[in-house]
Amino acid sequence: MRQSRQVELARDAGKHIHHFHGGLRLRHNKKISCQDPVERPPLPELLIVPLLQHAGDSADPYVNVGDKVLKGQQIGQCQPCAAIHSPVSGVVEAIEDLPMSHPSGQAGPCVVIRPDGREEWVDLKPINDWRTCAPEDLIMQMQDCGLAGLGGAVFPTHAKARDGRDRKIHTLILNGSECEPYISCDEMLMREQPDKIVLGARIMCRALGADRIIIAIEDQMGAVQRALTHAAECAECKRTSVVKVTTIYPEGGERQLIQVLTGLEVPAGGRPSDLGMVCQNVATAAAVADAVAEGKPLIERYITVTGNGIEHPRNFQALFGTPFSHLVEHSGGYTKDVARLVVGGPMMGYPVASDATPVVKGSNCVLALTHQDIAGYQPEMPCIRCGECARVCPATLLPQQLHLQIKNGLWEQAAEYGLSACIECGCCDFVCPSHIPLVQWFRYGKGQQRQRALELDATERARKRFEDKEARLLRAKQERAEKMARRKQMLKDKAAQQDQIKASIKRAESRGTAQDDA
Amino acid sequence: MLISVLAITALGLVFGLGLGWASIRFHVKSDPLVERIDALLPQTQCGQCGYPGCRPYAEAISKEEADINQCPPGGETGIRALADLLGREPKPLNPENGEEKPRTVVVIDEARCIGCTLCIQACPVDAIVGAAKLMHTVIESECTGCNLCLPPCPVDCIDIIETKPGILSWRSPRPMTENIMAAAQ
Repeated sequence: MRQSRQVELARDAGKHIHHFHGGLRLRHNKKISCQDPVERPPLPELLIVPLLQHAGDSADPYVNVGDKVLKGQQIGQCQPCAAIHSPVSGVVEAIEDLPMSHPSGQAGPCVVIRPDGREEWVDLKPINDWRTCAPEDLIMQMQDCGLAGLGGAVFPTHAKARDGRDRKIHTLILNGSECEPYISCDEMLMREQPDKIVLGARIMCRALGADRIIIAIEDQMGAVQRALTHAAECAECKRTSVVKVTTIYPEGGERQLIQVLTGLEVPAGGRPSDLGMVCQNVATAAAVADAVAEGKPLIERYITVTGNGIEHPRNFQALFGTPFSHLVEHSGGYTKDVARLVVGGPMMGYPVASDATPVVKGSNCVLALTHQDIAGYQPEMPCIRCGECARVCPATLLPQQLHLQIKNGLWEQAAEYGLSACIECGCCDFVCPSHIPLVQWFRYGKGQQRQRALELDATERARKRFEDKEARLLRAKQERAEKMARRKQMLKDKAAQQDQIKASIKRAESRGTAQDDA
Repeated sequence: MLISVLAITALGLVFGLGLGWASIRFHVKSDPLVERIDALLPQTQCGQCGYPGCRPYAEAISKEEADINQCPPGGETGIRALADLLGREPKPLNPENGEEKPRTVVVIDEARCIGCTLCIQACPVDAIVGAAKLMHTVIESECTGCNLCLPPCPVDCIDIIETKPGILSWRSPRPMTENIMAAAQ
């Protein structure tokens, strides 16, 4: 009964707008970067394409230093992940460890390409008959074109699609409700390329076997709604509905968005596909359209360059590998009082040490903060147990408890209290009157949990291998002993046989002498 | 009076027999305490504790033949976990058994290896592969860093290396005193 009610609610997604627990209403600060149309900046002198753009291992380079590459040529592959392609035609100058967009600030393997300015494409292989071809072909195309979730998590799109195909999906949700302040790249994309988004959504629907599309946008995006609805009408796609959701941070989170649309919670540790839904970013949909209809691999994305530290905030369609400094330069440069560069928004972003860091698949925003912006920082004070953090937590966790558990190394308890369900949205941190950096604590806690799990796994393997070796040695010893025993027995048998022969010969001889005597 | 005495005696006999039967039928051969101690040991199998592996050391601890502070790879955290389990006071690591060091693995210099198989026999976790008169190599992910392969090597071709922290093994550090979120206020 409950199950069927759940299915019903999931099927009715978007009909009513529900709420999720907690959340915050934040100042948007999006308009400042939406004034100008999106442009491609001129080609930078060098493009630095990191080989590690997804979770998992870094890709193996397919090219060598000195090789000539074409625009869209595959330059790296890591099996379960998405492929990496050259964003320009040019020459590979180096393959070396360079600083990249990573919270650790560590360097990672990158392919450095000097563009030749000719912008020669490789042979593109579009799938023109996507309406009729096998869904698996579409999924393969997504993988070959290096598609990954452009909302920030960079989860390989083909993997999500394949998982979706295996579990009956009925609804594809396109997430256009980027709720974090300052970031406007999704909004600009929906304004400028609504047709592409709708086309991408239809292709994804076919790949997934879903029968309806919901495009969720924020309630302040009137123009976007008109554009998308118009695009859906032009494409004669009746399965598409554009739904406005209330702008409460973090409703752009996958789980929160699904809760808003259906009133159902994605179970902890589960995925939206458990409810028969798949959630993709609108930018991913546009990339799917490019990949399937035009055969173009993922080599560029919309990115917001904004903040009070930028003279002329705006959005760019930037090639992967473009250094942030190049984008900043073409948005008027830094203001005088710039203090810090952040990748992502103010709630979930992380600071980077250098603006030579390149744009990657997951970079949605470069935020330059001024001294005034970060002046609000105050030292951490003891927790006063006010419970504000629990009130705003969209995952209905108890941040105050988790904080103490992590601080004191009570890992089992922290796991029991649902540390892994934390989406690191930063709401608790934001409201904490004691200025405790709660999210940093939770990131630290999650890292430690992962480390402990890995170590436990290694320990278990070592134990198993030790026991196996002991068992093997014991078995070998026993086998040797048995062999020895068998051989001894055989020798004994042989001796006995010979004795028998000797005895019978003797008998025969004695009988012979007896006869002779007779 | 007599009936009740008889009844209680009979009941006692029945339950006694039942318990006796159960203790034989459901007898657990290994000592669960040994398992629990073994679960806390690092499984390096290095023998620095003076026993030929983690399990024998666990057995010795459970029989109170060995102290809880003889395991250098487990270090202070290991000793504390053992003390918690056994309800004893934690104590510092016994320096006779060695000192706590960062985790290492070994590599074989394949050019110098003569293929004697001595290290293969010494490795407690079968982390070295190779055959007689052929090159040997260490499976790094399985090496526990026990260094037991070093002494038997006749040509000293095994080196200890520290495991390098790469970008994948990076973990968020304990919070610093900085907050970018003020910008949203």
